[in-house]
Amino acid sequence: MSGDLRLTNVTKSFGPFTAVDDLTLTVPQGAFFALLGASGCGKTTTLRMVAGLEEPSAGQVTLGGTDITRLRPYQRPVNTVFQSYALFPHLSITENVAFGLRRKGVKNVAPQVEQMLSLVQLDDFGGRRPHQLSGGQQQRVALARALINHPQVLLLDEPLGALDLKLRRQMQIELKRIQTEVGITFVHVTHDQEEAMTMADTVAVMNDGRIEQLGAPAEIYEFPATPFVANFLGQSNLLAGTGGLARSGDDLSITAHGSRFTVPAARSRATGDKIYLGVRPEKLHLVTSEADVPSGFQHLTGTVTDSSYVGVSTQYLVRTAWDTELSVFAPNSGLGGSLPPGAEVTVAWNPAHAFLLDRLDGAGDATHALVEERA
Amino acid sequence: MSVAAIGAGTGSKQNEPPQKTGRAWLPYLLLLPAGLWLLLFFALPLVQLGATSLYDPTGSLSTGYAMTWSFGNYPEALDAYKWHFLRSLGYAAVATAICLLLGYPLAYAIAHRAGRWKNVLLVGVIAPFFTSFLIRTLAWKTILSDNGPLVEALRTLHLLGADGRLLATPTAVIMGLVYNFLPFMVLPLYASLERLDQRLLEAAGDLYAGPVSTFWKVTLPLSMPGVVAGTLLTFIPATGDYINAELLGTPREYMIGNVIDSAFLVRLDYPQAAALSFLLMAVVLLVVFVYVRRSGTEEIL
Amino acid sequence: MRRHWVLVTGLLVLLYLFLPIFVVAALSFNEPSSRLSYDFHRFTLDNWANPCGPGDMCDAVGRSIEIALLATLIATVLGTLMAFALARHRFRGRDATNLLIFMPMATPEVVMGSSLLALFVAGGVSLGFWTVVVAHVMFCVSFVVVTVKARLAGLDPRLEEAAMDLYAGEWQTFYRITLPLVAPGIVAAALLSFSLSFDDFIITNFNSGTTVTFPMYVWGAAQRGIPPQVNVIGTAMFLIAVLIVVAGEIINRRRAA
Repeated sequence: MSGDLRLTNVTKSFGPFTAVDDLTLTVPQGAFFALLGASGCGKTTTLRMVAGLEEPSAGQVTLGGTDITRLRPYQRPVNTVFQSYALFPHLSITENVAFGLRRKGVKNVAPQVEQMLSLVQLDDFGGRRPHQLSGGQQQRVALARALINHPQVLLLDEPLGALDLKLRRQMQIELKRIQTEVGITFVHVTHDQEEAMTMADTVAVMNDGRIEQLGAPAEIYEFPATPFVANFLGQSNLLAGTGGLARSGDDLSITAHGSRFTVPAARSRATGDKIYLGVRPEKLHLVTSEADVPSGFQHLTGTVTDSSYVGVSTQYLVRTAWDTELSVFAPNSGLGGSLPPGAEVTVAWNPAHAFLLDRLDGAGDATHALVEERA
Repeated sequence: MSVAAIGAGTGSKQNEPPQKTGRAWLPYLLLLPAGLWLLLFFALPLVQLGATSLYDPTGSLSTGYAMTWSFGNYPEALDAYKWHFLRSLGYAAVATAICLLLGYPLAYAIAHRAGRWKNVLLVGVIAPFFTSFLIRTLAWKTILSDNGPLVEALRTLHLLGADGRLLATPTAVIMGLVYNFLPFMVLPLYASLERLDQRLLEAAGDLYAGPVSTFWKVTLPLSMPGVVAGTLLTFIPATGDYINAELLGTPREYMIGNVIDSAFLVRLDYPQAAALSFLLMAVVLLVVFVYVRRSGTEEIL
Repeated sequence: MRRHWVLVTGLLVLLYLFLPIFVVAALSFNEPSSRLSYDFHRFTLDNWANPCGPGDMCDAVGRSIEIALLATLIATVLGTLMAFALARHRFRGRDATNLLIFMPMATPEVVMGSSLLALFVAGGVSLGFWTVVVAHVMFCVSFVVVTVKARLAGLDPRLEEAAMDLYAGEWQTFYRITLPLVAPGIVAAALLSFSLSFDDFIITNFNSGTTVTFPMYVWGAAQRGIPPQVNVIGTAMFLIAVLIVVAGEIINRRRAA
């Protein structure tokens, strides 16, 4: 489409450090696109290159087919909502919001500013100074200040990072509403996977300057492309398979820790001999004996070592015969009772919920979520 | 208030600015005027001072000086005025120590005990210094004078002999130095104490440290940048000062500054005056570098 | 208990700082019994009614103000430019520049004054008004650089990025965002320069020739007996400075409100 934002083979190095490594990416016009990754993964650098605040070391950035790689920030139809907002402390809210219009030479800014402030529900705040507003209000001013210019692309750099949890959830819904209303392309940088999943229609998971996986949130979650994604976006039980894959009809079978498991061929991303068998914790079911395993399900046995009640579910750790602790989330739907630590259990799953990934040589089982860093 | 900025500026670690793309000549253009001014009127004069110190000592301003590389000017000057040098360093060291003892509680009180009066007290530290240095020192001459109420009171209390005096004693000179350079101690101390997180003191208390050990183990180490900046900003001008010795002392209390002043402006013995001045600079720089190195706060430079 | 101990000590030290100011203020209302007497003899308003009584004193004050204004203007402009270079750019020679800034602050005034005199004498420059201005600019520049640089270091670079993002070019960004936000630092630096220059005696004494500034006048008068009007000027300077600080604070509060 004509308004697509496209990055082609973009690299950014700071001295010996490569922040963004040969990145190619297309953001369709009107999309709500999230760049998700831990701090230092290159997501903010990518955003700054789109804004014009960093110049790529190599590669090209185009917007609607026009090359904008070397344009100065003020020459681009792109606006940014900065982390911690960067509101001008010496200007009133009205003047902050009007700043872009005035620079573009718009004479009568008052009606537009008024309209914008009411869009973000700050109608009576125009005369105040930024420091007199709460964090959530400042965030909305930053949004209004960018949106009033009707950019082709709006960049959001961790815009909700400084807000407390409740306000953050509220603002997520608000942002989503505004995006739908104005129809502008949003590129949203965040380290919060839940934020990325609830808001964006396309998520790109970044790690070490590269995109690990790109797709709709559900697609990425249900069928992650790499072990990193499997454990950065939520949590996965990844079991190290040995001895390669064997194909039988539409299924692949692998051996892990002495047992054979099968997975539908369509659920495999494995290309070599070193393989991970992955299952999400909530796709695992706990039953008391092998006789209770539903037909077609696969299973293994273990001992409950820990249970944490978290409301909607109970999270169990189940130690297997080979000493790996699996995570199992059992919904508190009132059907099953709770299991005490020490109970012998059988863990069962539907092969259609499992997936196969390439495993690095020497890597063992991985069953823990990567710890998120707070920016 | 701006001296606080000096403390903050010298005391805090300098962040490397981000690389700016293009126009590599711009920083040099911005530097040029001030840099040139300092090179011409600060660095070059020091070179000239070095040269003057090696002139033929038998010359005079009227007959002109010949450059004879007379390194002998140095031992000669040092020999003649070593006591003035030692007196300067001694007075300055004692004055600096007293400034630290007086300035620390004041800076701490402003930073952590003053509440909403913080700015008022800070202005209070600086305000007296808007009255001219000389006028203030002359006021001390009045306060310390032999028939003034202070001396009278001290005599009555037998803290001072019946004919004991304050004016024209080393005590008066040192007190003058303390008075005049105290703000240079207080402001950097304030700048670093203000950054001290009160919760650290609570944490120390929680971990069984009493007030005294909390001070020695937490407060003082964390305020070291301020202590170093403050002692330097006090010690350096105090060493070179001669106003206090001139107005509050007698020739027996004269410091090296008095000698340099009179050698340059009264005796017109330029080679010796320059040698003394150069020696003073060398001694001060030596003390500063050794001190900064030993206190491990090199970023202050 | 400790709370009060620290506060009481601090206030006592503050009182010590103000003691001579009280004396100066009191003596400004004094009618001395003789020229060389510094004792309080009799209350009078004459000194305040007739501050320019002693010949030459007001000339010296005027000259000091002239010199201080000139030195402040030059030092503030030069120092601000240099502060921008140091705070905003990476370039070869940064360390050398920082040293050049630091050295004048670490050099005793008597050394700076005498070395400049040595240069002027060697160069055959006649001493006077302009040599004093040159010297004052020299020692003020460092203080301006340090003060403005500290302000620039505290400035969030994202504010300038935000302005550029909002269609302000480099120049517009500078005068609409950077300059207004750094202005308090520049004003503080200028006030500091003015007071340093106005009050300087040692360096001036070496480089003034026959030009008499206010501190030089006081120094000379100290040998012959100080006219009480000197205390009027001292008190007035104190009051003016405090007024400026208070006015600045009020403006700040207004802006914040």
